[in-house]
Amino acid sequence: MDADWKTRHGWIGPLEQSMNTLPYLNPDRVAKLEQALSQRILVLDGAMGTMLQAHALNESGYRGERFGAGCDSYHDHEHGEHCARDLRGNNDLLSLTQPHLIRDVHLAYLRAGADLVETNTFNSTSISQADYGLQHLVRELNREGAKLARAACDEIEKENPDRPRFAIGVLGPTSRTASLSPDVNNPGFRNVDFDELESAYAEAARGLIDGGSDVLMVETIFDTLNAKAALFGIATVFDEIGARLPIMISGTITDRSGRTLSGQTAEAFWYSVAHAQPLSVGLNCALGAKDLREHVETLARVADCYVSAHPNAGLPNAFGGYDETPDEMAKTLAEFARDGLLNLVGGCCGTTPAHIAAIAQAVRDVPPRALPQAERIAA
Amino acid sequence: MSARHTRLSGLEPLVITPELNFINIGERTNVTGSAQFKKLIKEDRYDEAVEVARQQVANGAQILDVNMDEGLLDSEAAMVKFLRLIAAEPDIARIPVMVDSSKWSVIEAGLKCLQGKGVVNSISLKEGEAPFLEQARKILRYGAAVVVMAFDEHGQADTVERRLEICERSYKLLTENVGFPPEDIIFDSNIFPIATGIEEHANNAVWFIEAAKELKQRFPDSHVSGGVSNVSFSFRGNNSVREAIHCVFLYHAIKAGMNMGIVNAGALPIYDDLDPELRERVEDVVLNRRPDATERLMDIAERYKRGTRDSGLGTRDEHAWRQLPVAKRLEHALVHGIDQYVIEDTEEVRRQCARTLDVIEGPLMDGMNVVGDLFGAGKMFLPQVVKSARVMKKAVAYLLPFMEEEKKRNGDVGKPSGKIVMATVKGDVHDIGKNIVGVVLACNNFEVVDLGVMVPAQKILDTAREQNADMIGVSGLITPSLEEMAHVAKEMQRQEFRIPLLIGGATTSRAHTALKIEPNYKAPTVWVKDASRAVGVAQSLVSKELVNEFLAKVRAEYAEIRERHKDRGPGKKLVSLQHARMQKFDGDWDNYAPPAPRNPGITVFDNYDLAELRDYIDWSPFFSAWELSGHYPAILDDKVVGTQARELFEDAQTMLDKVIAEKWLTARAVIGLWPANSVGEDIEIHIEEGRAPVTAHHLRQQADKPPGRPDFCLADFVAPKDSGKQDWIGGFAVTAGLGMEPHLERFRAEHDDYSAILLKALADRLAEAFAERMHERVRKEFWGYASDESLANEALIAEEYRGIRPAPGYPACPDHTEKRMLFALLDATRNAGIELTEGMAMYPAASVSGWYFAHPRSQYFVVGRLSKEQVEDYARRKGWSVTEAERWLASNLDYDPE
Repeated sequence: MDADWKTRHGWIGPLEQSMNTLPYLNPDRVAKLEQALSQRILVLDGAMGTMLQAHALNESGYRGERFGAGCDSYHDHEHGEHCARDLRGNNDLLSLTQPHLIRDVHLAYLRAGADLVETNTFNSTSISQADYGLQHLVRELNREGAKLARAACDEIEKENPDRPRFAIGVLGPTSRTASLSPDVNNPGFRNVDFDELESAYAEAARGLIDGGSDVLMVETIFDTLNAKAALFGIATVFDEIGARLPIMISGTITDRSGRTLSGQTAEAFWYSVAHAQPLSVGLNCALGAKDLREHVETLARVADCYVSAHPNAGLPNAFGGYDETPDEMAKTLAEFARDGLLNLVGGCCGTTPAHIAAIAQAVRDVPPRALPQAERIAA
Repeated sequence: MSARHTRLSGLEPLVITPELNFINIGERTNVTGSAQFKKLIKEDRYDEAVEVARQQVANGAQILDVNMDEGLLDSEAAMVKFLRLIAAEPDIARIPVMVDSSKWSVIEAGLKCLQGKGVVNSISLKEGEAPFLEQARKILRYGAAVVVMAFDEHGQADTVERRLEICERSYKLLTENVGFPPEDIIFDSNIFPIATGIEEHANNAVWFIEAAKELKQRFPDSHVSGGVSNVSFSFRGNNSVREAIHCVFLYHAIKAGMNMGIVNAGALPIYDDLDPELRERVEDVVLNRRPDATERLMDIAERYKRGTRDSGLGTRDEHAWRQLPVAKRLEHALVHGIDQYVIEDTEEVRRQCARTLDVIEGPLMDGMNVVGDLFGAGKMFLPQVVKSARVMKKAVAYLLPFMEEEKKRNGDVGKPSGKIVMATVKGDVHDIGKNIVGVVLACNNFEVVDLGVMVPAQKILDTAREQNADMIGVSGLITPSLEEMAHVAKEMQRQEFRIPLLIGGATTSRAHTALKIEPNYKAPTVWVKDASRAVGVAQSLVSKELVNEFLAKVRAEYAEIRERHKDRGPGKKLVSLQHARMQKFDGDWDNYAPPAPRNPGITVFDNYDLAELRDYIDWSPFFSAWELSGHYPAILDDKVVGTQARELFEDAQTMLDKVIAEKWLTARAVIGLWPANSVGEDIEIHIEEGRAPVTAHHLRQQADKPPGRPDFCLADFVAPKDSGKQDWIGGFAVTAGLGMEPHLERFRAEHDDYSAILLKALADRLAEAFAERMHERVRKEFWGYASDESLANEALIAEEYRGIRPAPGYPACPDHTEKRMLFALLDATRNAGIELTEGMAMYPAASVSGWYFAHPRSQYFVVGRLSKEQVEDYARRKGWSVTEAERWLASNLDYDPE
């Protein structure tokens, strides 16, 4: 029975017969991560966008020196219409043009108590960067994003060598969906397909791995088919390099209907991605912690891997801002933790280092959720 | 580890546990199995093909098998197209898909369309181990379960031994070489026909069943499936016998261990319901129990043949309920809304009761309580409740004279739960929702005093005092009504009322009530979301036990909303008017030739043919008026509200037939097309040469948008004066509500609120259809810029045409008072019989008015929030004080006016 259980948890030990037969790229770091997960609830970081907004960067702030003249001065290309595009709002680009800002955000979260920080690569796929005409930067954005996160972890680890910190290479949802038609009058139409998504995600994953990510996370999943393409692409990259990283998966319940944008319930979502044998599955964004609770509960009940949650700081108010205070949010998430729902917890839109510090404090002494399979075997 | 359940998903999960016994895989969406489906796909009739899938799900399919293997089809493209289409149908997409093909490329194309965890049907060792393993690895990576056919390099397994040999080899390869989870493996060990007349086939079913038993024992986590209809192949053309064979075969195969099957979900009889003689002979064939089994089945088969596929369920006696005791009969009549016998049944009870009131408080209220419970539990829907109310009202009306008689004798009166005075507020004429609430409350033993529409605040308050009402309910649909409701609240406070005020209607909201109405009135002020909440709210308010807790909750909620509103951050800031103007929509006027209308000036239509409008009706809003949510026509087959929607729809069609045939309603319209140019946010309209132009005023969006995305104003869609180009604008006012009153009066006399509400809702739909039709005619004939347009009604509803027809008071031009100008231009009251109330509502309510814009890139938008700067600018343009502008634009202000 024990051997069988291990088979199903490819990421825990050596495997004889699973999809994930490849060795880990950094077995030591994975071992540290697994050890930490077995001991306590780990803390994820909070919002990147919210922190960057505070700098109120203008167009030239986003462009930095490299793009200051109009387009990418490092990139040998024919000049055309795409060169002149507005880059303000392309937060991922700041990894190249204002790297110190990104590093500071990572450091702030790590100092606030985050065990894992997420790379500034939410939109660093060729599909999302196409909006800015910057597809050629994808590999670089991911690599540099990962380097910044990893460097921040190293710096903090130096201060406190007993507590390992981890860089999560983030793969966002892209600006398109493979299960939904953008044209209400033509439900069969799609503006992106599985193959395009798969290769876009594979390209991003290569960069994240190059830059030293410890874990990959497919997150803010609106459309599970996009996520499945991402997981397929990641598997392809693992095949290429002959090694793998642990994978985290985090979906998004878009509103109080309790479904993803593409219509799935949390349970259906998990069954759709479970084949990737992830390190964790969870939910983030869109809702505040209170509204997310029942869906996190569902995952905690059905998933045989670790469970994560990084909600928004409440629902957006009438002006698109977020109102939940660090204490309110920490209080709700501490309840999740005490009820045995969590292995990893953090924040999404609207959260700040103050939120993360409060959350870290609130879950510090609460034991992590036990893996259901392990429990059954023990019993 | 027997708990390794297979976990599949569509939009919803499907966990295959032993309790599920047998998983029905819908087979009708298979071009190789269904001639009908093949025809639909080949003729590119995908809409209808999607309906086949919907039927399969409605009939209980738990997985949907999709197969497009047909020589003349591009199977990959057909698979992708069909899967994408059903992905857009939540009632179909909720179940997992089985991608069925003998071609790997088709399977892979299908897997790339599934967001859920589906099943591949199938792979096998037919071509050897290498492709089998390669395909299995890919399936695992795509995240799907797999059907393995009992087929290897030597052919298809037919004996028990061959079946086991191939399945065992496949299982080992899958679990040991690929790492496939055993629970995601499904064996299809080949169902072959029986009763073919060929002796070697006689034992086919028996072998399958024996193999199933053995497979389930050896591989308890895996599943045994198969294409069931194969077994009865020799009886094609005789569906009754085929279905009996399927039923008996499954009965035994399932007992042996088969737990999934591709079946025509919905066409499976119940084993115990089979005619015993047929069952015995089928059983002989399936189990190969006697040598002459096939002949004996053939002998009787003809008897069971039916011409068409009917349900096979005998005709149930629809009047069986008439045999029940009288109280139960009344309950049945109330729950099912049948008024046919209600008078005689009521009379029967009355004669048994000491007091007439006991009839109401006894069986009638008991029946209505059942209705209330069912409604509360979501098992009945609004149209049914309104029909129940009709039955109740008839019974009560019959009893009233007897009660009056008794009252005269001994002064005994029954007491209702409470009394409510209801009204649509001054300036507004919309009352469908209010009437529904009234009916629902009346059903729940509230006495309802309905003052109708356009009721001034003072009249509401005076009536409430006279009637000693327990509460007041006000309703309205247009935005100025919000202001009027706040006024009612202020007046109630000033005149020292203590009774609760209920707020309802389409533009009202919890937030508006909390922020703008409740603070004006110290006694309870409660927003009621819809008719289904009205009873709960009203009952809580009159209940001594519930009222305090209920009010505490409501007050806390509203206080929190106010608190949140106060604390709201800076939010998304508006840009300055100047900035927004810089980003105005660019009509590319240099390259644009404004089309001149063929019929400029005013055109009037009297007595428009209602039959012509019928085809233009958009039915979806009709259902939402009855709180049935869903889109027409899909709503008719909705699994929750479908039956009710269908019934309501049929009632609507019947009434519509009468409305048209007997000319219950008169439709009138007026349109106008005039030369016009824009000046900033204004549009100057030239009615007559030589006369000064008339000015229409519009508002501009002030959202902070990226360059290239305009901040729209309707005036932007008309060529600016300084472009030097002569452009045009149109206006219209249509109604389909004239002549309705006598019919409403008649329904009232018959205590038939259901029909009254139905008629109003239909008139609304006809008015909207009329507006749609006139717009089409304007595009094609009167303005004529799209004379070759040809669109189906769905396309019209989806606004796939050039040009827009925004209405004053709606998001693109939120100022209702612009209707005054529009009405003057059209002389709409004289030309179309539509009046404008002081609150800027149109009467009859079933009327629509608005502007026509022809620019090819004109579009609908929401003006949204306005800065004080723009409001001041608008006031200046309109010749208003700023306060007046703030009053009419209250819903759009980005600030709290002083």
